[in-house]
Amino acid sequence: MAQYASILFGMILVNNFVLVQFLGICPFLGVSKKFDSAVGMGLAVTVVMVLAVAVTWPLQQLLVLWQLEYLQTIAFILVIATLVQLLEMTLKRFVPSLHASLGVYLPLITTNCAVLGVAILTIENGYDYPQSLVAALGAGLGFLLAMVIFNGVRQRVEEANPPAAFRGMPITLLSAAITAMSFMGFSGVVEHLFGV
Amino acid sequence: MSTNRQNGPKGERPKDILMRGLLHENPAMRMMLGLCPMLAVSTSVTNGLGMGLATTFVLICSEVVVSLLRKVIPSSVRIPAFITIVASFVTLVMMLTKAYVPALDKALGIYLPLIVVNCIVLGRAEQYASKNGPGHAALDGLAMGLGFTVALILMSAVRELLGAGTLLGFQILPPFVEPMLIMVMPAGGFAVLGLLIATSVWTERRLKRNRESLISDHPTHSQTLCAACPLDCGIGDPDHEDCVNEDLTERLEAAFDRANATLKERDR
Repeated sequence: MAQYASILFGMILVNNFVLVQFLGICPFLGVSKKFDSAVGMGLAVTVVMVLAVAVTWPLQQLLVLWQLEYLQTIAFILVIATLVQLLEMTLKRFVPSLHASLGVYLPLITTNCAVLGVAILTIENGYDYPQSLVAALGAGLGFLLAMVIFNGVRQRVEEANPPAAFRGMPITLLSAAITAMSFMGFSGVVEHLFGV
Repeated sequence: MSTNRQNGPKGERPKDILMRGLLHENPAMRMMLGLCPMLAVSTSVTNGLGMGLATTFVLICSEVVVSLLRKVIPSSVRIPAFITIVASFVTLVMMLTKAYVPALDKALGIYLPLIVVNCIVLGRAEQYASKNGPGHAALDGLAMGLGFTVALILMSAVRELLGAGTLLGFQILPPFVEPMLIMVMPAGGFAVLGLLIATSVWTERRLKRNRESLISDHPTHSQTLCAACPLDCGIGDPDHEDCVNEDLTERLEAAFDRANATLKERDR
């Protein structure tokens, strides 16, 4: 159990996808202006990440079995694109209310490097199937956490009056730098907590 | 951004395409595309250069293939088709890097396969290559790739110099200067990119202001110009909301033209 907790919190805090590994920066900077859309995007990414890893991990075993490892990138990205499309269609058909709130973010997720990133990382770290799923959940929750925190920071920045050259993207990047700095404090914490 | 500027006319000159990729629509510094690899691998110039060249190769090849197949691919399935084309070339680059530059392969790690989801590649395939011939598409790929590479090198040079005191692995800063480790950490990446963009915006505003002061210092026209100016702030007031706008120069030029016309009428 400690091992799963270590992976989960390690992914959320120590190896936070956005602020430490630089994956999924585009939605992080683009969709974090409003609280609702930040949460919606974060939840959609979490769901897609877990689903994607649930499919790509067994797929990788097949590729290894057939000695086709070099097709990993192509196979994974096509699986993720198909998955996102299917998820959107399913939500639209069966849960229209959820589709209304999450649906708009789904097409954006296909080319989100965080999703392909978590699929490849779980393979490279040599996780087994349950570990991979927990890692994907952690990565998604970490993304959600970063989005929510950064949304709060941004709302304060919006009201501030920075020098003209810093308006817009530069001040956003600088506040992201400070947020990332706060996450540097977590390195080592999880290992000590769970003793793994 | 207007669509006609994005796609460009059919007979666009090679020089225009190159300038567009390097400066006016520089993917990293102007369009804010491909920020993930930009922030992640820019810890040393070698990594930045390797990533830039790999992306350029993928850009050129996939733009040419997309352009050649643009009449064959039905538009309803074009995005999956583009992704497959891009992914094939990324796989090729991964294999080549692994075989000939294993050190780079290790340094770039997961970001090498992630070129597939780099918005620059898919964006150019969709916006440019699917509407233009293979020659133009190849040149556009080269221009955009070089623009990305230059931005990457610039940023990684700053980070490597400040964070490790070296450039391309050679010691540059004297040993008694303590390197700022934060610069090669993730937080430094965000900060350096923010400062670089702020610097470019500041320089641009500076140039613009010089141009404006030239206009307003003009002895004969200055009074007429101020009267004809549509802005109520006077010329070049940097603290006024309207003057911060991008289209200020355009509006100033329009006002200038109008003032000239009024003058001519009065002379007549």
